[in-house]
Amino acid sequence: MSQLAVNLPGLNLKNPIMPASGCFGFGREYSEFYDLSKLGAIIMKAATGSERFGNRTPRVAETASGMLNAIGLQNPGVENIIKHEVPFLANYNTSVIANVAGSTLEEYEHVAAAFNDTEHVHALELNISCPNVKEGGIQFGTDPEMAARVTEAVKRASNLPVYVKLSPNVSDILSMAKAVEDAGADGLSMINTITGMQIHLPSGKPLLANKTGGLSGPAIKPVAIRMIYEVSQEVSIPIIGMGGITTAEDVLEFLLAGASAVAVGTANFQNPFVCVEIIDELPHVLSKYGYESITDVIGKGVSV
Amino acid sequence: MINKEQVTILSSKTIALDTFEMVLNNHYISQHAKPGQFLHIYVEGHTLRRPISIANVDPEQETITVLFKRMGAGTQKIATYQPGMVLDVLGPSGNGFYIDSNDSTVLLIGGGIGVPPLYFLGKTLAKQGRKIISVLGFQSKQHVFYEQEFKALGETIIVTNDGSFGEQGFVTDVMDSLGQYDCYYSCGPLPMLQAITAIVPNQKGYISLEERMGCGVGACFACVIPTADEAGYRKICKDGPVFSAKEVTL
Ligand SMILES: Cc1cc2nc3c(=O)[nH]c(=O)nc-3n(C[C@H](O)[C@H](O)[C@H](O)COP(=O)(O)O)c2cc1C
Repeated sequence: MSQLAVNLPGLNLKNPIMPASGCFGFGREYSEFYDLSKLGAIIMKAATGSERFGNRTPRVAETASGMLNAIGLQNPGVENIIKHEVPFLANYNTSVIANVAGSTLEEYEHVAAAFNDTEHVHALELNISCPNVKEGGIQFGTDPEMAARVTEAVKRASNLPVYVKLSPNVSDILSMAKAVEDAGADGLSMINTITGMQIHLPSGKPLLANKTGGLSGPAIKPVAIRMIYEVSQEVSIPIIGMGGITTAEDVLEFLLAGASAVAVGTANFQNPFVCVEIIDELPHVLSKYGYESITDVIGKGVSV
Repeated sequence: MINKEQVTILSSKTIALDTFEMVLNNHYISQHAKPGQFLHIYVEGHTLRRPISIANVDPEQETITVLFKRMGAGTQKIATYQPGMVLDVLGPSGNGFYIDSNDSTVLLIGGGIGVPPLYFLGKTLAKQGRKIISVLGFQSKQHVFYEQEFKALGETIIVTNDGSFGEQGFVTDVMDSLGQYDCYYSCGPLPMLQAITAIVPNQKGYISLEERMGCGVGACFACVIPTADEAGYRKICKDGPVFSAKEVTL
């Protein structure tokens, strides 16, 4: 296996770098900057049962070392994604992960099942952690019992490996992780954004039309590292780590904490080339810190 | 096509209250930018880039002029940048103004920091021999800029909210007295655009919209505007920022 390769359920990744869900659309815009085949995988923007228009604007606000977003899962619906977006991504030599969202158990099942008949989708990321929709989503992500139920339902509905995307907006991340592992999750994806708010001084009101939004970017990296460090020691399924990654050094930190691969979100907005720049830099960072390969690093930070 | 480019600041100066003019040097953008497009500027220490309209381009000198207002932390920082510094920008971004070759008289209606993209447009249209009428609205005398530049293109009416310069009122107060025109182009605060599209609902016109952006390339769905058609929305950064006045729901 080459130095950067990692094998995870359903995903034979040539490198551990993938753009995070919602931060890369369905790849079209970034394909104008570089060849998407360079990426380890691509996580598509969330898919819901039918088309969603999302929240009112403003939907984003900058914060110190990060940003708040309240997009509200705007997407054309799972059928349109399968018909128009997956075939585009199939042109590239990279793995495709579908992000599955919903407001009800039935909607999650429906979306997951729809991806079964789709060649070129290699795994599902079960989004039970979007803080920006009123109904559903987040309550599945904050209650271990609900999380287990939606995981079981999606596992039943799908032939594909399921990575459950955890919300950091909980006091006990470990019980969430264990609950979905016991329910049959093939992997974890963590973390989603942390709920936050910004007040706009001229108006005296919350800046985002949705009032609250999800905090992402470098500001949340220590939270992600801590959660992955805690969870990776207690579960035996692999973790796709994310939260504030902007450099190859950040990637190394996530791998040391116990992630097996990583996703890069917000950093794409600042630098559209960030994913490929990290991939190019990774071998140098590995050798700088004395590692042979990616698999050589995974979890090294937690073993005594 | 949008490129990630390095641009060098040639000059930067204050042209009105809290309003700055920066002249940049870059080959690619100066050869490809069209009126209505913007630059997405990286600001050191900030997560998100700042979209700033292109106010003028000189392809021979390979320069791009941008005007911006010092408002938040990002534009505050850009205002401190000195000539010789190199900026990282994405551009030229978005779609420019649609120009109908049959139009002979066009009306430009700008409000505040919405005025700059209309200058690049006006200059381009004037060069093509069209008659230009400009109505520019500002808060007060201190905020007025580019009066002479627009006058060089054609009849120009300046309006200030407090009456300290030009006519007193809003741009919409003088629109009745302008006579015939084939098409209008407008950029400015949302209430101004709403007022204009309500006053002349049947007039052919194009508006340029501003919104807080995330990626600026059409991937993140931060800056969308509802439409009445089947699609239901447009992305301001990618499908716009210029739209036909009838296309979007303000
Ligand atoms: C604008 C935006 C949209 C997002 N949309 C989704 C989404 O649709 N589904 C999802 O699971 N996560 C979504 N996320 C969360 C990211 O995938 C990621 O978990 C989070 O932003 C942390 O990574 P980062 O700090 O690298 O951005 C979104 C994040 C942002 C900033």
